[in-house]
Amino acid sequence: MLRLPRFRYFVPRTISEATAMKADSGSGSVFVAGGTDLYPNMKRRQQTPAAVISIGGLPELRAVDFSGDGVAIGAGAILSDLENDSRIREAYPGLAHAIAEISTPLLRNMGTIGGNLLLDTRCNYYDQNFEWRQAIDFCMKKDGQICWVAPGSPRCLAVQSADSVPVLIALKARVLLVSAADRREIPLEDLYRNDGIDYATRKPEELLTAVWIPRPDGWRAAYRKLRRRGSFDFPVLSVGAAVRREGPRVEEARIVLGGVASAPLRLTDAEERLKGRPLDEDSIRDAADAAARPSRPMDNTDFSFLWRKEMTKKYVASALRALTGAEGGRG
Amino acid sequence: MAPSNDFLRSKSSISLHVNGEPVEVSFASYKTLLEVLREDLQLTGTKHGCELGECGACAVLVDGRPVLSCLVLGLACQGRAVETVEGMASASGLHPLQKTFAELGAAQCGYCTPGFLLTAQALLDANPSPTFRQIQEALAGNICRCTGYIKIYEAVELAAARLRGEDASPRRETLYGTDFDDSGLLPVLDAGNGSRATSGSETAAVLRGQPDRKTENEKPDGREPR
Repeated sequence: MLRLPRFRYFVPRTISEATAMKADSGSGSVFVAGGTDLYPNMKRRQQTPAAVISIGGLPELRAVDFSGDGVAIGAGAILSDLENDSRIREAYPGLAHAIAEISTPLLRNMGTIGGNLLLDTRCNYYDQNFEWRQAIDFCMKKDGQICWVAPGSPRCLAVQSADSVPVLIALKARVLLVSAADRREIPLEDLYRNDGIDYATRKPEELLTAVWIPRPDGWRAAYRKLRRRGSFDFPVLSVGAAVRREGPRVEEARIVLGGVASAPLRLTDAEERLKGRPLDEDSIRDAADAAARPSRPMDNTDFSFLWRKEMTKKYVASALRALTGAEGGRG
Repeated sequence: MAPSNDFLRSKSSISLHVNGEPVEVSFASYKTLLEVLREDLQLTGTKHGCELGECGACAVLVDGRPVLSCLVLGLACQGRAVETVEGMASASGLHPLQKTFAELGAAQCGYCTPGFLLTAQALLDANPSPTFRQIQEALAGNICRCTGYIKIYEAVELAAARLRGEDASPRRETLYGTDFDDSGLLPVLDAGNGSRATSGSETAAVLRGQPDRKTENEKPDGREPR
């Protein structure tokens, strides 16, 4: 049996209780909502917190509020609720599609959007049980000193693998971080850092309470995901693309890769290639060509990393092609 | 504000509903719902597979939703309603899904079956008329390592029809496949001209003790009697 290690368990009733408990319990404590990322990691001793603060039941974190200028989604909103929310499917079909691509229906009944945004980075040398990691000597992400992907690497190369992130960044989402002493709102892309261990700029005492997405206003987004199994798998390359058009021409484009680095990767060159042009096979080919160069996956997920890099073109083109129709295609 | 468990080694106690019955149970605080069900409530119908949320063997319903009991903390179930496979049958007999799984042979080793049954039950509770595709998607998180998925999907389809009040029975090809003749015993061989011919259908008819049905059975398929 893979048992959980022993830990202290706290159940706050409000956000302020939760942040107070976090401040009191220090760096050895973690927040948990759905538990679908944390508990498997704890069973394999990848994460060994002394205390777990459960925020999954906080009603304050569940709300989905549409207002004039966008939607605020509580970080504790359950993924399957969001995926089936008719307002989200209507306003942000690309996001609804990306959420539906996360893991399995059973896990989406448990997992939350906040949990997906802060998903632990993944690596073939890290997502293993304790004995496996011990047998080859622990890597730097947990209990060791070395990076087994690139032994000369000064930093951990574990991969950002959350399905909802590329599309949300493409849609200019922002997140709200609350601590006992402070609260701040930042663009979602600023939540990430290209470091497999220290992958989030969230401070330890901060709780991610909500993600805010501006009103679509002509923006359409699409998501494409490379994985081995059609039924469920983490992405080993993913593309979130969004465009805003004036008439036939692309006014603004945002293209974000997941699964190729420790942080999501904005493809600004590819975005530039689309500006002022109709979204057609010519402009899509140019953008896809520009997307391949900055895509530098490492050999630490499923599939050959060279092939994943090669597939970047195809997946960027596919995501953009989904946006060519009058309706914007299936987002 | 108080921690739910003051001492790491202490037992915690919660009250919840399991299969409709109110239950109080004490267990070590770090246990998952799966461990509480199996070890403290002796409900071993719920299986442990990967224990990491990847296989679906431990699926149960919590407040009507299918979730993975290996990743739900027991302590998080205070006041919740949990349904396990033990609660599916009622005084009137097996649940229609259990019946159709048995009828169609939708279980091979059977280890994944409780998880499939409960996930399918939640699907049919929410959507009485799912398409085949919707059934596949709803069951995408349940893995059958004997790989007997087709029978499972068909069993869910059949149970859905019966739950809608239809007098449904398994399709012939569901029971016998498309590669066997009506007896279910003899293979249908490719005649080499693109059409299929029944080999030994006379023998099959004899085995059935109904030689006169042979040609009758072959007509609908346009097969020539041999």
